[in-house]
Amino acid sequence: MQWELDSERPVYIQLIEQIQAGIISGVFKPGDKLPSVRDLAAEATVNPNTMQKALSELERIGLVYANRTSGRFITSDEAMITKLKGQSAKEQILDFIERMKQLGFSPEETLALVTDIVKNGR
Amino acid sequence: MSAILECKSLSKKFTALTALSNVNLTLERGRIIGLLGPNGSGKTTMIKLLNGLLVPTSGSILVDGKLPGPETKKIVSYLPEKTYLPDWMKISDTIEFFQDFYPDFDSKRANEMLERLHLDANRRMKTLSKGTKEKVQLILVMSRNADLYCLDEPIGGVDPAARDYILNTIITNYNENATVLISTHLIADIEKILDEVVFIKDGNITLHASVEDIRSKEGKSVDTLFREVFKC
Repeated sequence: MQWELDSERPVYIQLIEQIQAGIISGVFKPGDKLPSVRDLAAEATVNPNTMQKALSELERIGLVYANRTSGRFITSDEAMITKLKGQSAKEQILDFIERMKQLGFSPEETLALVTDIVKNGR
Repeated sequence: MSAILECKSLSKKFTALTALSNVNLTLERGRIIGLLGPNGSGKTTMIKLLNGLLVPTSGSILVDGKLPGPETKKIVSYLPEKTYLPDWMKISDTIEFFQDFYPDFDSKRANEMLERLHLDANRRMKTLSKGTKEKVQLILVMSRNADLYCLDEPIGGVDPAARDYILNTIITNYNENATVLISTHLIADIEKILDEVVFIKDGNITLHASVEDIRSKEGKSVDTLFREVFKC
């Protein structure tokens, strides 16, 4: 997994986002065992306590679960992952609409443009 | 368990210069802490005091509740700013040297790291470049199972690729009860592995905070904050 982190925002939040993105894109599959905190921290070159904090938060929201003896796993709850995908899609679209507004397009105009581009293939 | 480092009203004066003045600082276990300050701010003085290489003018410094001495040297792994390994030694000799000195030294770990960085254990210290010598020294220091790793400018002379490996080495080699204190001014390179930072300026501690708190409260990186605080 490629980690891209900047230092301007809390790192644990960025870790949560990127693990979520990994789950959505299938880098982490439902039911997959996660590497140890320390290995993940080394891979991302972040502090292990920060990685721990990110994983605890993912555990709290249910995307990751811990098994006392055998480590941490990605949830096998496909519905939950689908929901996460939906959320992420919505965020992307809202973000896109916002940027189109800055270019001077109303949401309706944006929608018309998108429909046109999707129909005509470019 | 007591704090790994405790300074109370710690001052160090040299004839015409106050290097540290009235420092109060407590460092907990299980953290990676950056000791950050511009040149001449007192970082190395602080590190030398905790290693017993300097004696306080007033106040006290305790490592694991004890005054610096043979007992604390058993649990502190120290990387000084200068290399001190004899020129005639081969890298493999330095490993034996450390093995003789420190019961907590893990030579298997040292050899693994040498291999990862493609360093030939048969080479003599005097044939190594400055950066390579620094790598060897850091490998030795990180191969101990210490309670406090005290690294004075560990990444100054090494190339960026090795820097990443060294940071990984630090992350993977310290245990939950150990603290790593890293003094540096190369903040951008290391800030993602830090839990806490201590800013030091003209011999005073001006800030001791969690790096994630700085990012969420100030909305900026530790590097940016440092540049603002220490603007020339």
